[in-house]
Amino acid sequence: MSAITDRQRPLVEASNIRKSFGHLEVLKGIDMVVEQGTVSCLLGPSGSGKSTFLRCINHLEKVNSGRLLVDGELIGYRQRGNKLYEMKEREVVAQRQKIGMVFQRFNLFPHMTALENVMEAPVLVHKENRAVVEERARRLLDRVGLGNRVNNFPSQLSGGQQQRVAIARALAMEPKLMLFDEPTSALDPELVGEVLDVMKELAETGMTMIVVTHEINFAKEVGDKVVFMDDGYVVETGTPEQVLGNPQEARTKSFLSKVL
Amino acid sequence: METMTPTQAAAIKEREPDAAIVAVPVRNYGTAVAAAIVLIIAAAIGYSLLTNPNFQWGVVAGYVFSPVILQGLGRTLLLTVITMVLAVILGTGLAIAPRSKNPVLRMASQAYIWFFRGTPVLVQLIFWYNLSALYQYVVLQVPFGPELFRIDTNSLITPWTAALLGLVLNEAAYMAEIIRAGIGSVDNGQQEAASALGISKSQSMRRIILPQAMRVVIPPTANETINLLKVTSLVSVITLPELLYSAQIIYSRTFETIPLLIVASLWYLAITTVLTIGQNYMERKYGRGNLPTAVKMKRIKRILR
Repeated sequence: MSAITDRQRPLVEASNIRKSFGHLEVLKGIDMVVEQGTVSCLLGPSGSGKSTFLRCINHLEKVNSGRLLVDGELIGYRQRGNKLYEMKEREVVAQRQKIGMVFQRFNLFPHMTALENVMEAPVLVHKENRAVVEERARRLLDRVGLGNRVNNFPSQLSGGQQQRVAIARALAMEPKLMLFDEPTSALDPELVGEVLDVMKELAETGMTMIVVTHEINFAKEVGDKVVFMDDGYVVETGTPEQVLGNPQEARTKSFLSKVL
Repeated sequence: METMTPTQAAAIKEREPDAAIVAVPVRNYGTAVAAAIVLIIAAAIGYSLLTNPNFQWGVVAGYVFSPVILQGLGRTLLLTVITMVLAVILGTGLAIAPRSKNPVLRMASQAYIWFFRGTPVLVQLIFWYNLSALYQYVVLQVPFGPELFRIDTNSLITPWTAALLGLVLNEAAYMAEIIRAGIGSVDNGQQEAASALGISKSQSMRRIILPQAMRVVIPPTANETINLLKVTSLVSVITLPELLYSAQIIYSRTFETIPLLIVASLWYLAITTVLTIGQNYMERKYGRGNLPTAVKMKRIKRILR
């Protein structure tokens, strides 16, 4: 399969996704398609539902209705006839292994070194050989520029370094899709660049990425697609030039005028 | 407030501004009086300890290292260790159960803690010791099917089994609360990060959550251990010859009640002192919120290797 046809194949297909917390509906029918090898940036004011939608993709949140497919597989449910069956934990866990996630607050395991953080899941979940995993983990940490900090604990690393370890940790499971939930929002301004650089490089390798972010410049530069969300709806979707350069909707315009 | 005369004010002004301040400290007469009272009481106690012949310090000295007392001490330590180990295991289960989606498991754990914390451990000990009054035989049977195993309750319930049942079941309820608090102290993001990596709930509990909960769990557990050491003296009522009952066996024969109670108390104090030193060490190591604990653990592991 050539790279070009790959890019046209949808990796994530969401149709009419709804999600409520109690009486509060935070996703009011989201439709989205993410093609393989592309970078999609979700923008929008806080409370617009973009993080919730991201968390639905790897089933950290259960959707209330709609269909969510990743790599052609229905997430969290099994369809038999016209009935949906909730998946067993074992099956959910297997689906998540194909989807890496990076959190706003890094969530590194504080009792493990950077290297152990990266090695934990492949050794524990895939029962891979330790030596093989360590090789790969060192290579990944090297790739995010932390080859010399492998034996440091998270508390001994800066926020930017911690987030880069978190990216390496997610990549160690060799996912098909990477989700980034405001990866630079908890960072001091001078540390944002180093994380975005790692993400940019990752995008260049052809990784499919969905990024919830407030970094408009990153979206402009790296994004293949920008999705603007507000109040649980997708307001506008298009290339960065279309959505950021020439927004059609009033809500997009007003949001961009505030952040640009 | 008195007003200053112009000469006084001038005198203060003349002083070098960066000269050290020489001032009369505030006198606190209340604490001085309290301290004096404490000293008088301490002196009275000390005088009485030394001069009252009824303490019979010679008898105390004669029994401190007697074989009966040392055997009793050994049983007290064994009871404490076995109870704590089993209570930690059972307590961990009880602490994890409320996290289950199954409401029966959640309620069962709460009901257990409610019952075993809500009744005196002394009552529980006597209850287990007299179990045969309630059930003559303990039978293992397939429900409505054949009988697999049958034992006379009286031969099953010895002072040791009754003591361990009473102490473990009670202590597990307290340990469950401590471990539950420890698990609750671990940030939710840790479980989410583990889930997002495809790590199952049980794996992440073992590898991610519990190791971090230790920091919060260990100091109160040390405290519980000290408490348990003394609570084991309750099993003297069901004739298990631990430290207190060993002392009672002797004084019921010799009527040297006070000296033998002092012997037992000295041993409890000695062990508690050792445990307190251990507790202080643990608290310094785990009690702080800072994470270089993990770093220190690494270093200790490296040294031990």
